[in-house]
Amino acid sequence: MSRIGVDVGGTNTDAVLLEGGRVVRAVKTPTTPDVTTGITRALGLLLQGASVPGGTPRAVDAVMIGTTHFTNAVVQRRDLTPVAAIRIGLPASASLEPFVDWPADLGAIVRGEVFMLEGGHEYDGRPLMPLDTAGVRAAARRIRAAGYTSVGVAAVFSPLNPSCEDQAADILREECPGIALTLSHQLGRLGLLERENATLLNAALLDLARKTTRAFADALRASGVAAPLYLTQNDGTVTLAEVAERLPVYSFASGPTNSMRGAAFLSGRRDALVVDVGGTTTDVGSLRHGFPREANNVVEVGGVRTLFRMPDLLSLGLGGGSLVQDAPLAVGPRSVGYRLPERARVFGGDDLTATDVAVAAGLLDLGDRRRVAGLPASLVTRALARMHAMLEEGVDRMKTDARDEPLIAVGGGCCLVPERLPGVSEVVHVPHQAVANAVGAAIAQVSGEVDRVFQGLGREEAIARARRLAEEQATRAGADPATLGVVEVEDLPIAYLPGNALRVRVRVVGDIGRV
Amino acid sequence: MRRNGGRIPYAPMAPPRPVSAAEIESLAIGAWILGTGGGGSPYLALLNMRALYRQGARVSLLDPLDLADDDLVAVVSNMGAPLVGQERLTDPRTVARAVEMMEEYIGRRFRAIMTVEIGGGNALQPFMAAALLDRPVVDADAMGRAFPEAQMTSFAIHDLRMYPLTLADVRDNAVIVARAASWKWMERLSRKACVEVGSIASTCKAPRTGKEVKACGILHTTSKAIRLGETVQAARRAHRDPIEAVLEAERGLLLFRGKIRDVARRTTEGFLRGTASLDGLDEFRGRGFELAFQNEFAVGWLDGAPRVTTPDLICVMDTVSGEAIGTETLRYGQRVSVLALPAPPVLLTPKGLEHVGPRAFGYDLDFQTVFA
Repeated sequence: MSRIGVDVGGTNTDAVLLEGGRVVRAVKTPTTPDVTTGITRALGLLLQGASVPGGTPRAVDAVMIGTTHFTNAVVQRRDLTPVAAIRIGLPASASLEPFVDWPADLGAIVRGEVFMLEGGHEYDGRPLMPLDTAGVRAAARRIRAAGYTSVGVAAVFSPLNPSCEDQAADILREECPGIALTLSHQLGRLGLLERENATLLNAALLDLARKTTRAFADALRASGVAAPLYLTQNDGTVTLAEVAERLPVYSFASGPTNSMRGAAFLSGRRDALVVDVGGTTTDVGSLRHGFPREANNVVEVGGVRTLFRMPDLLSLGLGGGSLVQDAPLAVGPRSVGYRLPERARVFGGDDLTATDVAVAAGLLDLGDRRRVAGLPASLVTRALARMHAMLEEGVDRMKTDARDEPLIAVGGGCCLVPERLPGVSEVVHVPHQAVANAVGAAIAQVSGEVDRVFQGLGREEAIARARRLAEEQATRAGADPATLGVVEVEDLPIAYLPGNALRVRVRVVGDIGRV
Repeated sequence: MRRNGGRIPYAPMAPPRPVSAAEIESLAIGAWILGTGGGGSPYLALLNMRALYRQGARVSLLDPLDLADDDLVAVVSNMGAPLVGQERLTDPRTVARAVEMMEEYIGRRFRAIMTVEIGGGNALQPFMAAALLDRPVVDADAMGRAFPEAQMTSFAIHDLRMYPLTLADVRDNAVIVARAASWKWMERLSRKACVEVGSIASTCKAPRTGKEVKACGILHTTSKAIRLGETVQAARRAHRDPIEAVLEAERGLLLFRGKIRDVARRTTEGFLRGTASLDGLDEFRGRGFELAFQNEFAVGWLDGAPRVTTPDLICVMDTVSGEAIGTETLRYGQRVSVLALPAPPVLLTPKGLEHVGPRAFGYDLDFQTVFA
């Protein structure tokens, strides 16, 4: 099995070629504004060096691409499409309209017309009100007349019963041929406002997602690679590109997630803490059974409260490009970022960065070390101590267990991680640590997840039922059913609800099947 | 306990004072802390209040001591499962309807509206009703915190009448519980109706006279919650430790500082019960703390020995952000501080302890306040 993993970051595009579970080649190139050029260049470099008997283009079974493109679009408020919102649930939830808690600047770009209609369900599956199909049709006609290209639909309790959203989707497709639809039950999780927010963000990103996936496919073609294309997801798994482009929010956190998965693969550890030291920030996460631990609570993206599958991450304002100041001592959060190669002292610049401190301390051999020879030894010692303290605190906050755990250090700035940390049994370094994210993309598997309330069932039976549903979902996303296994089970009894109500979340993962 | 016994009935009435949008924000923060882990997050109610204020609504706060003895006060609360409240979002019109229904039923107009529970989302319910019905909110409640059951109120402790009760659903469903033999019966009957309409409903509890509120309510808890929120906000702005600020402002006690090692939850008889174990950090390193909860935090043990029990307020806050943490959102690895805040005196009387002491929650422990 031969696979290519690509990570398109804000600064660098990394690519690796994996054969039989071994990294045979890795490259790092600058990301280009049009994405395609950067990926084509990376793929060219990757394949050119690895000529095989039998000639080129070499046989590649799959290409996995991870990108921060969609999160950046939300954070930087660019490339977003205005979205019409349909909320189904009246007379419930009437006073809090879609977009109600969005930051004003983002709302001004994305917020289109809002339609609120009768329908939705109760927690126990009974209808709240019959769906107002005439209202949906009228809304659809209005949406078409106003020229919206993307619609987000959210119905009350749709994760338990998606029928209202599905019916509305059918009507919308009839009335507005070619309309892009995001239905909130596709994003799971109970919590109407947060689920709806994720739905609307997704709807606003669909156009960009299509263009981006197309650019990826073009780059593959230009490089002579004929393998199926997958996009990596927040949970460290992949989905076929044509499926993934419909749910771009599921790719929001694929950068840090891929680093963690890569760290797990390269170290052979399945349960460990991971510290990924980048140029501006350090991400701290926790691997459980080889996958990032998930955040169970609200995650804000670009100021919007959302609740869907995201890794539990702690981001620290510390990286190789972090600015270091003396008197008073300060490290980060300001950083020279991608301009490190011109601004850092070891590269002839004027800014004192964490990288300069690392070189002066002999932790790193980079640039011209004579340029930092004059740094006061006490400053180097104190700055390092401060960085270590920041990492120590971050690692401790992400730990979930009192026992010592191993820690895997990856990323371009991983030399900043000290060899000893409280609560850490050992600090593990891995080969190819600078491209761990592309490795994580290359090894990814396919997942399915279910989060539902079950009533009148025993705990075991409810979990078994959730598992079956999750397995069906994974198979649809491209998994080989024979390889599926459960990676996470969580059950939470629900206060006040009768009938032994149990909220069950099950996630299964398997290898990619034949396409 | 503090009562209005000595106050002359003809004291000059101060006009209700307007509550600013900023104070509503502070109230949401303070109420969440006083929720002692339960009561539900005030976030959605806060969004409603922001929208109402944007539309020009203004609510004012009435000092309970300025109520006339024969004034009539509506006591409101949201009833149901917090999870359902995450899908069927709280709406000012529903709580206003419960109040209007009660006025229709008893044939009298309410002078003002108050909450039964200052802890959690219910703190903002009377404000939502007041904004639509143009009445003031009474600066008082009947718990001084949050509790899971209807008989755990100062009104019940004082043996006040528990009926009638009106219950409004978002659809055109309404229920009036005309009589109930006891607080427990009232809880059973209204709970049944609530489950039937989808486990979420707005209720207007037994109307209270001004005299009853003054004698049996827990007074000035709304302004206390606003102050508490302001304290946290001021500390954050000044980059000071918000927990230190809360302890100072409320004469609270820091019981423990540590990291959550384990959480176990289960639902029994419709309540979220469970325990959380903490490992000590800083000055508590090497020590352990155990918390038990039934919707709200009920008992805390330090190194295996009972350290704090209800009705003393047991608040768990994020050590760094100072954010209050609910029993539903407790999770492994959180770094938290456990605080005790003083309970309203009425809850500490022998009668009060029968209703809300540790035995009322099934713990065979004698109440001993940490503030002795």
